[in-house]
Amino acid sequence: MSQTKRLQSGGRIDRSKPLTFTFNGQSLQGYEGDTLASALLANGISLVSRSFKLHRPRGIMGAGAECPNSLVQVGRGAGTIPNLRATQTELYQGLEANSVNCWPSVKFDVNAVTGLFSPLLPAGFYYKTFKWPKSWWDKVYEPRIRKAAGFGKAPTEPDPDRYDKKNRHCDVLIVGAGPAGLAAALEAGRRGARVILCDEQNEFGGSLLANRQYLDGKPGIEWAKTAVAELESLEEVTLLARTTAFGHYHHGFVSLLERVTDHMGLTSPDGRPRQRQWRVRANQVVLATGAIERPLVFCNNDRPGIMPASAVSTYINRYGVRPGQRAVVFTNNDSAYQTALDLNDHGIDVAAIVDVRPESDSVLVDRARKEEIPIYGGYAVVDTRGGQHVSGVKVMRLNGRGDGVYGEIHHLDCDLVASSGGWNPVIHLHSHPGGTMRYDESIASFVPDQAVGNTYNAGACNGNFALGGCITEGLSAGATAAAGVGFGSEDIEGEAPATGKQQESPLRPMWRVPSRKAIPRAPKQFIDVQNDQTSADVYLAVREGYRSIEHIKRYTAMGFGTDQGKLGNINGAGIAAEALGEDIAKVGTTTFRPAYTPVTMGAFAGRELGPERFHAVRKTPMHKWHVDHGALFENVGDWKRPWYYPKPGESMREALDRESYQTRHAVGVLDASTLGKIDVRGPDAAEFLNRVYTSGWKTMEVGKARYGIMLSEDGMIMDDGVSARIAEDHYHMTTTTGGAARVLGHLEEYLQTEWPELQVYLTSTTDQWAAISLAGPHARDVVAKVVSGVDLSGGAFPFMTWRDCEAAGVPARLFRISFSGELGFEINVQANYGQYVWDAVWEAGQEYGITPYGTETMHILRAEKGFIIAGQDTDGSVNPMDFGMHGLLSKKKDYIGRRSLSRPDAMREDREQFVGLVTLEDPKEIIPEGAQLVEEPNANEAPKPVPLHGYVTSSYYSSTLGHSIALAMVKRGRERMDDVLYSPQADGRVIQCRITSPVFYDPKGERQNV
Amino acid sequence: MSEAIRQESPLVERITSGRKAASPSDAGITLRERPFLGCVNLRGNPDDPDFTDAVKGVLGLALPSGPNTVADSGDITAFWLAPTEWFVRTGANAERDLIAGLEEALAGQHIATNDVTGNFTTVELSGPHARDVLEKGCTLDLHPRAFAPGQCAQTLLGHAGILIRPLADGQAFEIVVRRSFADYMFIWLEDATVEYGGMAVSD
Amino acid sequence: MLHIKCPWCGWRDESEFGYGGEAHIERPKDPDSVSDAEWADYLFFGSNRRGDFRERWVHSAGCRRWFNAVRDTTTYEFKAFYRMGEEPPGGEQ
Ligand SMILES: [Zn+2]
Repeated sequence: MSQTKRLQSGGRIDRSKPLTFTFNGQSLQGYEGDTLASALLANGISLVSRSFKLHRPRGIMGAGAECPNSLVQVGRGAGTIPNLRATQTELYQGLEANSVNCWPSVKFDVNAVTGLFSPLLPAGFYYKTFKWPKSWWDKVYEPRIRKAAGFGKAPTEPDPDRYDKKNRHCDVLIVGAGPAGLAAALEAGRRGARVILCDEQNEFGGSLLANRQYLDGKPGIEWAKTAVAELESLEEVTLLARTTAFGHYHHGFVSLLERVTDHMGLTSPDGRPRQRQWRVRANQVVLATGAIERPLVFCNNDRPGIMPASAVSTYINRYGVRPGQRAVVFTNNDSAYQTALDLNDHGIDVAAIVDVRPESDSVLVDRARKEEIPIYGGYAVVDTRGGQHVSGVKVMRLNGRGDGVYGEIHHLDCDLVASSGGWNPVIHLHSHPGGTMRYDESIASFVPDQAVGNTYNAGACNGNFALGGCITEGLSAGATAAAGVGFGSEDIEGEAPATGKQQESPLRPMWRVPSRKAIPRAPKQFIDVQNDQTSADVYLAVREGYRSIEHIKRYTAMGFGTDQGKLGNINGAGIAAEALGEDIAKVGTTTFRPAYTPVTMGAFAGRELGPERFHAVRKTPMHKWHVDHGALFENVGDWKRPWYYPKPGESMREALDRESYQTRHAVGVLDASTLGKIDVRGPDAAEFLNRVYTSGWKTMEVGKARYGIMLSEDGMIMDDGVSARIAEDHYHMTTTTGGAARVLGHLEEYLQTEWPELQVYLTSTTDQWAAISLAGPHARDVVAKVVSGVDLSGGAFPFMTWRDCEAAGVPARLFRISFSGELGFEINVQANYGQYVWDAVWEAGQEYGITPYGTETMHILRAEKGFIIAGQDTDGSVNPMDFGMHGLLSKKKDYIGRRSLSRPDAMREDREQFVGLVTLEDPKEIIPEGAQLVEEPNANEAPKPVPLHGYVTSSYYSSTLGHSIALAMVKRGRERMDDVLYSPQADGRVIQCRITSPVFYDPKGERQNV
Repeated sequence: MSEAIRQESPLVERITSGRKAASPSDAGITLRERPFLGCVNLRGNPDDPDFTDAVKGVLGLALPSGPNTVADSGDITAFWLAPTEWFVRTGANAERDLIAGLEEALAGQHIATNDVTGNFTTVELSGPHARDVLEKGCTLDLHPRAFAPGQCAQTLLGHAGILIRPLADGQAFEIVVRRSFADYMFIWLEDATVEYGGMAVSD
Repeated sequence: MLHIKCPWCGWRDESEFGYGGEAHIERPKDPDSVSDAEWADYLFFGSNRRGDFRERWVHSAGCRRWFNAVRDTTTYEFKAFYRMGEEPPGGEQ
């Protein structure tokens, strides 16, 4: 038998489109238009999960985002999705869902026995229990809790779906397409404003989808359909169904999650993303987010079959589902009378309306009376019975103050309890950016007070629950918002549809229905059914001294669940107020924070995934050549730099040994295009360089180049590089690869903010130049074959000079510089010619045994020479004196960072200083970079802490020297030459090393000056 | 320079003749590269008539003075980049003459010219979904009401800095991107167009 | 994600900007004339104001200009944007 609980007719489901799905392995049927929850209820299944702490049976409770119980795992394999709310999961053919948090099964849950021990799990048990003995945490408590408390399971394979993001600006964003939102969209859209209207539901209409109210004499949904049709015709209106506004940030920035294909199947059926995050920048924001009915809190109010009254109406009216056979309606206000009528009209027996108000008089109450539904005025449901489903309620008379019950106990059999404690405006999005709220006694809930920015609340979220009022407020908000961006005036232009008479009697606030026994001994009155937090827990928290609602929330974990307390938090605040003896208006609510409902991680990642798109990947003009020649690449900043070029069968060490041998003995070629390049020009260019570099630049002649270091104002080394003088007023500056953007920003900052009087223009030319660096004894021979227009002899073109020339017929700048200690040249040509000139160099170098080398060999060659790499040997905490660079510190001028070099800390004598290290026991052993250095030979056994004397910044095997070398920062290092230090390793080994000069090779620099 | 000297665009591996021929006919997006256009970065003081007049004399058009605007004479396109900075684009291989002309006309003034022909490449993105695709990675308001022909902007597309201008109302955009980012941007765009039937490349 | 108005380019997303900390802190003209304590104060100590705060931003992905803003640190509301060299609105703080 299928869909035994489906009503014969009605609902917004398409009965011509049956869908098959499975729940916990059972094959079932539903219809298009169903949610998983409505389809389960249609099949008589209401028990879907177990509560987090006590593992009590949990049924489908709500009908939307507020449902705390209906968490399911959908699908399996890579695409499986944990913890979806069945109430917001649209049914599709083949949907496969399983309960979460109930092992071994939802019906037989061994953990439910914890319910018997529940006195052991009171509020704060997370903080109090499981503390001792310490060793039990890993072995006993944590595995036990994890197994018992586990929600759904995350997939273990990569997500097969695509996710995307979209940035969109609009004049007016309207959140919620119920009556107020549709009215606002019509008002703003008709005026030509750029409008986005989004709604979390699959259809627009909001409450009109689920109730039977009339507009202009027709069912409200007809009005909604007409409105949607008109909005669709407006070019500048964007309609987003299945789209939840989950975060409202500052300056009109609102994040939306559009579920693009979730309703089509487990994975996206075409190239479309499964979900899309809209990052909307709205000039005006209209919130029409509606209200959520809060249930009444009474003993054993958590049994399956106990639901908010509006959810019952939704299942009947929208989904054509019979949620029970015999219902008790329990309320403190008029709206649940509509539910009683909905039940009654669909042939569902209403055993009673239990109304905590002794008297009530309104259109709905009159109709219920006319239908002869028994009404218990001034009574309350004080307890329920049942096992895996509610089977009856106990009803008693309420006293005048509402704080006690008395008299005869009436036992009413039922399998459905529809309860209503009033309505809570959905003020989440109003509150996210700091909007304030106030307590409104007429609805016994919190409503928006001061909004942030151009934000307007309209309709039920503003505390206005009457349909006519919602529409008028929507029109008004639409007009105000449109006027705010210059589309018309704040006067409403559209016409509101006519609504019926809606006289209501006031509600009677009731946060907690009194029980027969005092709170600690009374049966549990659940506030948060997902987290098993009860009124007793709130009372305990207050008894233990918590006063702030924020603390009470954290102590009890109330509202911590995936539902974030949408049903229970206001009740919790009310019960806390009661326990504190204070006014709820003063107690307030906890802070509403994004996300309104859970958001898939994929929606935040979007397409920024994988090695090609996670961040930018920058490539040099010769990139493909490197790929073709077997290069492995290293990420330096965003750049891909060739790391080394192994030949077939070669190990990394062998490749590095070969590259460095060839470079030291023949000639090597390196792609240096990634170095940052800044064109510095203007009458004050020399003065500017004088201020930003530590050394003097004014006297350097045109045609020459110089190494310089830049400091931050705190005196620490920031970057380094070679700059060349192109003309009197013109320099070509280079920076490290990773530091280019930072250096340009640093220079512009000083130029624009501190020294606006300096006439200097800075232009980034990093990408303009392909830089081909040649090093080795044959470098000049190769350059001579390629370059024309320069006398390359050592006398005419000495070290640290540059010349204009042609390389392979292409205009070029040729620099005579070296980072390897060998004779070196660097050819710079316009990047589009880079590959062409590289080819020419490669060809010319063949007879000299030219080899390409990568960054690793470059690092080895420079380390042999003791040249630093800013960012590797420096870390923002080291100054030039630490590196013995006193000769680069001009005494004749001020420069950025100079003043800091005379601060006491910079002058400290026990600072770490730059030295070399060689290993003693095994001369080929490479000390790991970052390794710590101590004086204590047996550091692992010595009393802790063992005093640290330094750390390794760079470490390599040098085939040229035949042993390993390291660069390190060591306390007073320069006066400790030949001292032995020890480097304890994580595996227990200790590496012995000796302090040396950081210059291991050709200390006089004879090789580069030939 | 001799004819044999070869230039390569940063998209040489992506935009091949084979790929052009195989481009899907129903692609929602078409990308066209305009490689090797002569590009010059010009710095100077727009409040100094000596500067603006001399530049106008060389370019044949006045530099755009309003932020984020473009002046276009057909031969020369000048984009505002900053209060003292313009991106001036001319035809292929014309940049050196343009720089020489500017340097001569502006001699003695505090200015800077830089050949940035190799620093950038230019692509055009067109098709009914051009704006949809760019909105995936660009926070600029690309709606024709906010961003119309004659305007330009420097912004981000994904993680790449770009200079962008609309060519037609919401249907086509020109993007100038730094050379080293061009391949990343191509891959990004190609992936972004999947839901619209892919990206065609054309001449 | 803040919305920031570059004094040249207009309103742009925060992702295009870099933050520069407190504004109107001038580098000492003659650093040698200040004490270590004064130099440290210049370098490391900001006013950390609650409420309206003058701060520097740079339009790093756009025109690369530095400029100043007044922002309420409790609400994130920008009260003003003004160019380098221009007087801050509201006078002395
Ligand atoms: Zn700007």
